[in-house]
Parts: sequence; C-alpha cells; structure tokens
Amino acid sequence: MSGEDQQARVEADGAVGALAASGVPVRPGADRDAVGGVVPRWVAEPADADGCAAVAAAAARDGLALVPRGAGTKIGWGAPLRRCDVVLDVSALNRVDHAAGDLVVEAGAGTPVEDLADVLGASGQRLPVDPVVPGSTVGGVVATGLSGPGRMLYGPVRDLILGMTVVRADGVAASSGGRVVKNVAGYDLGKLHAGALGTLGIITSVTFRLRPVPPAAHTVSARADDPARARELVASVQRSHTAPTAIEVDRPAAGAVTVHVLLEGPKDGIRARADEVSSLLPGSSVSEDLPEGWGELPGGPGDTLLKLTSPPARLPAVLDALAEAAPDAGPLPVRGSAGSGVLFSALPSATDPVNAVRAVASLRARVEEATGGHGSLTVLDAPRPVHDAGLDPWGTVPGLPLMRSIKKNLDPDGVLSPGRFAGGI
Amino acid sequence: MRERAIRDRSDESPHDRSTTDPAGAAHGRADRADRLSALVPRLKRICGGDGVITDASRRRTYESDGLTYHAEVPGVVVLPTTAEQVAEVLGLCAAEGVPFVPRGAGTGLSAGALPRTDGVLVTTSRMRRVIEVDPDNECAVVQPGVANLDITRAAAPYGYYYAPDPSSQQVCSVGGNIAENSGGAHCLKYGFTVNHVLGLQIATPQGGLVRLGGKAPEAPGYDLIGAFIGSEGTLGIATEATVRLVRTPQKVTTLLAAFTGMDAGGEAVSSVVAEGVLPAAVEMMDALSIEAAEAAVACDYPEGAGAVLIVELDGPAADVDADAAMVRRLCERAGAFEIREASGAAERARIWKGRKSAFAAVGRISPAYIVQDGVVPRTALGEVLGDIARLSAESGIRVANVFHAGDGNLHPLVLFDDAEPGAGERAAEVSGAILDLCIRHGGSITGEHGVGVDKACSMPRMFTPQDLETMDLFRRAFDPAGVANPEKLLPTPRLCGEVPGVRKDVHPLVAEGRAEQF
Ligand SMILES: Cc1cc2nc3c(=O)[nH]c(=O)nc-3n(C[C@H](O)[C@H](O)[C@H](O)COP(=O)(O)OP(=O)(O)OC[C@H]3O[C@@H](n4cnc5c(N)ncnc54)[C@H](O)[C@@H]3O)c2cc1C
Repeated sequence: MSGEDQQARVEADGAVGALAASGVPVRPGADRDAVGGVVPRWVAEPADADGCAAVAAAAARDGLALVPRGAGTKIGWGAPLRRCDVVLDVSALNRVDHAAGDLVVEAGAGTPVEDLADVLGASGQRLPVDPVVPGSTVGGVVATGLSGPGRMLYGPVRDLILGMTVVRADGVAASSGGRVVKNVAGYDLGKLHAGALGTLGIITSVTFRLRPVPPAAHTVSARADDPARARELVASVQRSHTAPTAIEVDRPAAGAVTVHVLLEGPKDGIRARADEVSSLLPGSSVSEDLPEGWGELPGGPGDTLLKLTSPPARLPAVLDALAEAAPDAGPLPVRGSAGSGVLFSALPSATDPVNAVRAVASLRARVEEATGGHGSLTVLDAPRPVHDAGLDPWGTVPGLPLMRSIKKNLDPDGVLSPGRFAGGI
Repeated sequence: MRERAIRDRSDESPHDRSTTDPAGAAHGRADRADRLSALVPRLKRICGGDGVITDASRRRTYESDGLTYHAEVPGVVVLPTTAEQVAEVLGLCAAEGVPFVPRGAGTGLSAGALPRTDGVLVTTSRMRRVIEVDPDNECAVVQPGVANLDITRAAAPYGYYYAPDPSSQQVCSVGGNIAENSGGAHCLKYGFTVNHVLGLQIATPQGGLVRLGGKAPEAPGYDLIGAFIGSEGTLGIATEATVRLVRTPQKVTTLLAAFTGMDAGGEAVSSVVAEGVLPAAVEMMDALSIEAAEAAVACDYPEGAGAVLIVELDGPAADVDADAAMVRRLCERAGAFEIREASGAAERARIWKGRKSAFAAVGRISPAYIVQDGVVPRTALGEVLGDIARLSAESGIRVANVFHAGDGNLHPLVLFDDAEPGAGERAAEVSGAILDLCIRHGGSITGEHGVGVDKACSMPRMFTPQDLETMDLFRRAFDPAGVANPEKLLPTPRLCGEVPGVRKDVHPLVAEGRAEQF
C-alpha cells in the first residue's frame, strides 16, 4: 500500500462520524464493492439527490476520495484510482419523468437503461442509445459516454442530453441546460460530464431528447473479402440515398469482415430501401431482426478493451493494424461503427501483461500514423496486471492543460474518482 | 433585430468612454486609453498595417451586432488572417490585461459581439477560406469567417450539404454559429451546430492554440468541443473547424396547411408528433404575421387563414411519400381548409417565401418591433399563445407570432411605433412578460439567439446562483484573467445590480446615461 493510500485510510477511519452526519445510510465496503481491486472504506447509499449532496459535502470536509457508482457494470473503467474512500451508490435515484408529448424525459442517474426503455416504449418512444453493456444505468452510460451503432444517425449519447444536474465535489448541486429540446442559455456543462468518468461531478439526473420508435427496421448484411472491400461497401451505402441508422463492421478473432446496415423508418418505404442497400452489397441477406452480437463490445471478461477512432475512410488501415497488433494473440476481434469511425476491440485476457502494454503502444502509434493524427486509441478497461505493467490508457490528449484547469476549478482537492482520467486527472 | 427604441448618443471619441468603470474615474479611462494606444504598433506587427483599424469612423461601423440598440465603439479592431495571428493577439491581450471581443459577421441578436471601448475587437472576416472538402470522410475543414452557406456551396458538387441552416446563413459565419450553437428551421430533425462539429482549433484567452478533435469523432478526454460550442466567445476564438457534411436527401416534400385558427394548427402539430413522424421542419405563422408577409412579398397564402403550418419532410423518397400522406391526413383531421404540396425547388420556395420574409415583412405593418426568442415545451404552445394574445389585448401592443412549432421555439414580434412616447418601454415590458411565460412553463430564455449582453441579467431567472457559480468556475478555467468577452453570458453586478433578478424596465445603458431612449 502506498503512503498516500495509507494516509487516506487513516483519514477515513476518523471520518465515519462525518459521513454519518450526512444522514445517509453508510456501510463498510465489501469485496463486491471493489473498484479496480481497491475495496472502498465506505459505501454510502443515499435515497435521493439531496442525500448525494450531503455525502459529497461530508466527504469533502474530510478530504475523502469519492467514487460515484450506478450498477457497477463499468466501475473499473479508466486508469486505476489513486484513492477510493467512499463509493457513492446512486441506485436509488431512479425517478423517471417522461413528458411524452414533448419527446423529453428526465431520469435519475440510477435508473436502469432497460427500465427507462420500458417506460418510454409504452408511449411508442425511445432513447436512441444502444444498450452496449447490459444492466447499465443512465448515469453510467452518460459518465462513460458509451454509444452503440445508432450513434451514426442519432449521434453519440452526449448529443441526446438536454440538461443535467450534478453534485459538485464540494456538495453543491448545480444544473445546466434545461427540459426543452432547444435551448442555448448558459454553458452546456452536460457535454463536459458525458464521458468524464465521474471526475468532475456526481451526475444525479439527466434530461434527454427522445425519438419515436420507428415502425419498421431491416438489417442488410454482407461478407467482405478484406478490409479494403469492406470500406468500399460501407462507402457505397453512405453515398446512397437510403439514410441508414447504422453501418457496422464485425470481424471475430478468426474470421471474415461482415458489414451490417440497419435501416429504420415507415413500413411503406423500408423494403425498397433494404432492396437498394442489398443491391449495393453483393451476396447480402436481409433480415427483420438485428444480427447476433449487435452493438455488443467484443471480447470477454478480463480482456483489455480498446476503443479506436478514425476518419471513416481509414477503416482498412485500422482493421489491418488490429489484425497484426498482437503477434502472440492472433487477429483481434473488432466491432463498431464503420459509418462514423468508432471501433471497439479487445486483447485477450491470456495476453502477457507486458506484451499487452507493448501491443497497445504499437497499435496506437500505427493508428495515429495511418489516420494522419486524426485517430486515437484509448483503453477503456484493463485488468490490474496490465495497468501495473505500465499501461498508458489514454495516449496523447490534446487540450490536456485546459482539462486540468477545469478539473482544478470544479474539484480543487481532487477528490472525485482521482486518477481515473487522462493525464492522471 | 430592428428595435430602435434605444440609441447610443455618444459622439465623443471612444477612448473617452469606459465600460468597466461607469462612475467614469477620469484617470482610469485615460490609463486604459493609453494602454490600448501602446498596443497598436504591436498589433500591427502581428496582423499587418491593413489588419488593424484605429480610424474612429471605421471603428464605428463595428459598434454593434444585429441587436443594434446596444452599441459601443471598439477601442481597436483587428482583422487577422491566420490562426497564429489570432493566438498572438490574444496572447498580447492577456499579457496587457486588455479585454477582447470576438466578432464574425455581426449578425448576432443578443449583443454577444458588442465591442468594448477599452478592448480589442477580433474580427474573422478575413479568414474566409474553405480549406478542404472531404466527401470520403463526410466532412469539411473551414476557417471561422466562412459564411454558413458557403460550406453547402462547396459541398454541393459532391452531393453533400452542411445541415445547420440559420435564416442568416448567407452572411453569418461558422465561428459565430459555433459561438451561439446556432440552429435553423431544420434543427428539429438535424440538431444544432454542436451536433455537426467534429473538430476545432481554438485560440485560448491565454494566447495558446489548441486542436480538439478532427476528422475522427470522439477524441479522448473531456468533450471540450461540446463545451466550447455555445460559449459565445467567452472561452476563446475558434480559428478552424472540421464540420460534418450530410448527404443531400433523395426527396424533399413541403406541405402548407391553412387553418382558421391557431388551435387547430397546434392540434395538427401534436398529432404529427404523436404519430411518430419526424419532419425536417415544422413552422407556424399567425394571422398578423401572414398579413405582414402578404403585404411585403405577396406570398399568396390561402385566403382567410388564421394560421399557416409549414411541414417539410426529407429523406428516402418512399419514406417521404408515406410521411407526407400521413401529415396530410392529420392536418385534414385537425381542420385544415386547404393543403398545398410542393416537391420541386420552385414550388417549395413559394411556400417558404412568406415564412422567410416574415421578420422583415413586419416592418410593413409596424414602424419598429422587438424580436423575442424564447422556448416552451411544445405541448405548452397552445396555452402560451393564448397568454400572449391576452397580454397583447391588455397592453394594446400587437404581437405577431412566427415560430418553430416542432420544438417550441417562439419568435414573437412585439410591434410598436417608436415615434410614440413610451411605446418602446411598453413593448419591452410585453417582450419581457413573454419571457416570463417561457420560464413559468419550464422553458428557456433563449432557443437560438444566445444570452450575450441582452439576456445576461435574465439568467438568474432560469438558473440558481449555484448553477451560475458553476458556470463561472468553468469559464475561469479557460479565462482566469477575465479578458474574453467580459460581461457577456453571465450576469455581473455592474450590469444587473448586486442581486441579479427581475429585468429592469430601464435598460442599464440608459440608466448609466450612456444611451437614451427616444
Ligand atoms: C435576419 C437574421 C436571421 C437569423 N436567424 C437565425 C436562425 O435562424 N437561427 C439562429 O440560430 N440564429 C439566427 N440569427 C442570429 C445569428 O445570425 C446567429 O447567432 C449567428 O450564428 C451569428 O453569427 P455571426 O458570424 O454573425 O456572429 P457575430 O454576431 O459576429 O457574433 C456572435 C457571437 O459569436 C462570437 N464569435 C464570433 N466569431 C467567433 C469565433 N470565431 N470564435 C469564438 N466566438 C466567436 C461573438 O463574440 C459573439 O458572442 C439570425 C440573425 C439575423 C440577423
């Protein structure tokens, strides 16, 4: 245990009184509460946003490191925490306020995305955010900024956020945005918290714009012989007038590339659009169902999960790089949005940690070179030994000094999920 | 936009006036004037002799943006041509503690580009190059001074266009669009500027140049692009943008439906939304704005219409046809007495003609007017329009309603005669009361024109002190010295009083004796 950790523990021991004074139920952390292998001293389970604010204020008084948690499905994402004294569980914040006529919903951060979908579906509406990781909560999806295939048409999750309420590191609750679909009053701070991994504030509720559930959906799928051909197919669909919702590529560790095109819209038009896409993709098949594994992350538990971005036309170079990234592991599985240029991949858990670190570094260099510096590779999640072997999950992050400055102003003592984010934020 | 109730009366040299020091301590003013004069040679070294304007009459042409009743002659105007020059200018401002104000085309309607007499106005009008159109990656790279429509012009040969389409798109700059997060009639389906920017290069208020994102989406780290868009020039200056291009739709169909009254029109909109149709645009005009449009451009809308609804659908031909049939049915069911349909460009332009000319047309039926910009939840539209009608009847001030019905963004035009004593104040009161209605219904004080100076004092009506403090903490992360477009966007005690609250009857500039009402 590092000196800093030890110090945190000592402080935490003396701090239970302060946390209890928040009036929120607090229990000792258990093994199942561990964040990236670190068991928190305490787990606070507030009933509402006021409770979150009280816990944050109490923790701030004693300089305790605070980590917000929804369902915990992605709690280990990012770099390992420097400190983790209190896990703040927001599961109880699950109020849903659906204004169906306005195509708007406000949901508590702890609301399971599946539950939200049920409520919205009853009115023929949906939040067009794919359930990439099953069991996720609204807060978790927003804090990780994790978007699925639909990002191509509907935008990533942050594009759907209209307003947000967060609790700051000092326990002050603050909102930005609003509850109407059009609004430019003030800074849109929701954008900042989307993907911030809980390092700038504790998200307590989010207001989203919604879409009607489309009456019909078809998927057109075709094999491509190689990455270059896959790109040709993708480009031909993009140039068509078929207005697809998503264009995905999927290549298992051992296998060929498949291109999937999702079309959604009125029943009357869907068949004609599917036929047109089909004519662009030789040997394709059309289905009314989504293909297996649609929108799911590649790999399995214990794998090192990678996110790669590139200009869409550079897809072949990125696919080639992934095929050759880890000589001892063989081609890496890859799945993602060929239409927008966001791919996910995974290094198998069996990869030697030192080799994994090396593979990430060389893959990152290759992606950056192949994309003229536009692309990036970040490691979303990695087992502890890979981190300990010297992994850099982030690579070069332009604008880092501004990011540090934002962090410093919003969380001057660095108590919110410390160490998890780029540049050690 | 054309409100002329308040006019700057100052003719003295701008260096004699101060914005930061209303009490006007003479020696403070002299200090600042000296500091600015000392800056001029250094600015000329950065931007070249022809890139710096010091001449008083030329500076005066920059005294306001589209909201002309706020006017201040800038201390000095610079016209850089490169990102590096912009950054150097900002670095100099930071070093000398001189405020700067970014300016694009000056079409803004919230006085966001209102200059400072003690500051530098940084204008992007000489940065107008479309650097690259990249159809393969469906994006374009542009300098900030490029006019919005010029991106679409450059992309059109490839079958693409730039989706955000503010009505000012022939003139307004991409940089201004980014600063205001501008939208247009088609934002209902396509979103706002923030949904269409992949990358930015910004000059920071400390004089650095930072590249954020690029041709690939979702750059690692905090979403600084998302946070910068809509920041109204208070976080720095966008010096280059990579914007998304959208494939030109296969078919566009525009429907015009005429109703006897607004309620029926509103009901049609509700049922379109309820049926799950997502039009590209849904616009509505009331009897008074139709009257104005007829007088100005003879748009030939159906006779006797108390409300006109324009619904535009775009996308794959088969989808558009299916949706158009549905919208037609729903309008008929809601009581439309005439429906016109256009699929060709010329017919479409005829339908849009009345709507597009509505603002200017109001000049035909009223000597002066205020354009308000507020948002209500779409479902509250009917009630709010009723309230506006009541306000209008009670005050005797006519209000014409033109609005984006799909998203609840109202643009009431409050009409008055500026020759009549007190009419301007009464109109401003009605305009303010309309904002109250928006807030009471859980809406927003601005849907697209921004806060700027104009609504800075209204921010506390929508946000708590804690919300505003948090925004200020964020702002200071970019601009610790407070030199980037100061006194815009967030309320300050000087502009709004110690307890920022209710909008003042008298404009602050008037109260300070720096402008007068006539
Ligand atoms: C007739 C008319 C119709 C309009 N219709 C619409 C509409 O439909 N939708 C809509 O949203 N708006 C509309 N507007 C408002 C206005 O056109 C937009 O706000 C536009 O984006 C402003 O662009 P501009 O280049 O004129 O910016 P300016 O007015 O010059 O500046 C606006 C703000 O942007 C800042 N700024 C300018 N350039 C930069 C830069 N490079 N970096 C950082 N900050 C910068 C300025 O400091 C200022 O705060 C309309 C205005 C008019 C006059």
